[in-house]
Amino acid sequence: MTIDNAESEGQGVAAEAVIAQPGKEPRHIWRMVAIWLVLSAVLDPLFYILVGPHVPPGTMTSAAKDNQFDFNILLVAALPVFLAVWVYLAYSAVVWRASRKGAPEPVGGAQARTHLGVQVGWIVTTTVIVLGLFAFGTVEVITKAGSGGGEGPNPIWTPTSATILPVQVIAQQWKFTYRYPTFGGFESQQLIVPNNTTIAFHVTSLDVIHGFWAYELSIKADANPQQDNVAYATTRQTGSVTVRCEELCGLWHGAMFNYGKVVSKAAFMAWAKSTEAGTAANTKLLPPFAYTYVPDANGSDGGYYPDNVDPYSNSEVYGAKPAAS
Amino acid sequence: MSFGGRLSVVLGLFVVAAGLAVWAVVGFMLPTTPTVDFTAAQPSGAPVDLTVQTVGTIGFGAHPTWVSYLVKNPSGQWVHSTVWKVPAHTRINLTIEQYDSGSPLRNQQWGLVAGTTGGVATLNGKPIALYDSNSGNGVGHTFSIPTLGISVPLVGIADDAKNPCSQAPCTTDFDHNVIKVSFVTPGPGEYPWQCYVPCGLGFLYGNGGPMSTLGYMGGFLDVTA
Repeated sequence: MTIDNAESEGQGVAAEAVIAQPGKEPRHIWRMVAIWLVLSAVLDPLFYILVGPHVPPGTMTSAAKDNQFDFNILLVAALPVFLAVWVYLAYSAVVWRASRKGAPEPVGGAQARTHLGVQVGWIVTTTVIVLGLFAFGTVEVITKAGSGGGEGPNPIWTPTSATILPVQVIAQQWKFTYRYPTFGGFESQQLIVPNNTTIAFHVTSLDVIHGFWAYELSIKADANPQQDNVAYATTRQTGSVTVRCEELCGLWHGAMFNYGKVVSKAAFMAWAKSTEAGTAANTKLLPPFAYTYVPDANGSDGGYYPDNVDPYSNSEVYGAKPAAS
Repeated sequence: MSFGGRLSVVLGLFVVAAGLAVWAVVGFMLPTTPTVDFTAAQPSGAPVDLTVQTVGTIGFGAHPTWVSYLVKNPSGQWVHSTVWKVPAHTRINLTIEQYDSGSPLRNQQWGLVAGTTGGVATLNGKPIALYDSNSGNGVGHTFSIPTLGISVPLVGIADDAKNPCSQAPCTTDFDHNVIKVSFVTPGPGEYPWQCYVPCGLGFLYGNGGPMSTLGYMGGFLDVTA
């Protein structure tokens, strides 16, 4: 507030206090910075140490552990921003409240004019934060080999593991089923995978677009018809897995979920061999394993494809008789 | 118009608008199909006999050409409902009268009988654990409760059946198959059930229309304590 303004507006005691003792006005910005620094320095490490290990999606796979680390870094970066806003608000409410003797006018005056330092500081700080997060995210996706996301049919990043277990995820309205090509190609309603193993999830759909989201495995890959979307994970812990569809896919989308398990290698082998033998009769009726399938338009009763599209394409025909020649 | 008059008009319009909004929301949230209660008529712990039928065309109501399920209530009357209230931790003896024709399955996986007692069903009195949908009459529908892992293929009647039913409820005088299974209900909760055959003829992907409307090819098993 300027002297002219104060005088012209007839502001009495409050304005005079500011005007009369300009040298004694505290350096508010540095006070706020100090408070913010202390709070950030205390709360950020506390958050990382105490809350960090519990941040989703956990550490069941290497991808999950990587994503947990990423989330923690983002949260640690966001916490000081959050604190800066609230420290400023709280400081303003206390120091510049209207009832306080000597408080300046809330609007107008010199304090409201352009401040080059604040502008430059704001632009530099926000630019550094945004670019820093962009660089961090990019580096994390590249160095962590896709970080559990669907990479399409020709993955850019492939694991270095010598042995990879392929598991096909078949989505349909409104259920996921799983096919194990290295065990005779049997199909199961259950998702069971071994621990300490790199798994390649080949995700596809028999009808509309779905999304395969194995939460604890930190795998998220769209299930598109006639597309083989590959995502990798290396299991690190045994436990339960929740699988949900994460693309709105119709009436029972909300019910399109199931639970899977990461079990020991021995338990997995026992389950896989038992299921392979137990479902052998049905496996014979399934089409040969393929990465994508084209359902039969005529036999499925649903008119899946328009009549002018040949349902018997070069892709494997899934669950239908071969076309009569 | 006086101030009081204008105020009355505004308040009146507000009440009408609010009422319409509440009516629309409640109408959307409430199920459009009645709930058939099987808990009252049964002694505690006794098995529940549940009889349903699947028909190719229901023949009445808002969508007479749609395929649908019907259920026989405890009084023995057929009801157009797919929400069935049953007791928890109780054996359900399910009898399905299948009056519709069949076809190969989009996914033969649903030719497997799964999640039932013993992993089997009976088809016209003969036990089956697997049905090849590419053979015989194919599969018309499935009765599946995905969250419980239950799925039963409902084998279709012949395409050239001599006495098909076209108006529900169908009587056993018409051509049909009888599929029987048993399963035990879990704890209380609402368990959605559905058909895995995209039998919504004329709808994109075959999963529209009756497949996406409560009361036809899907509903809830309302399991209560």
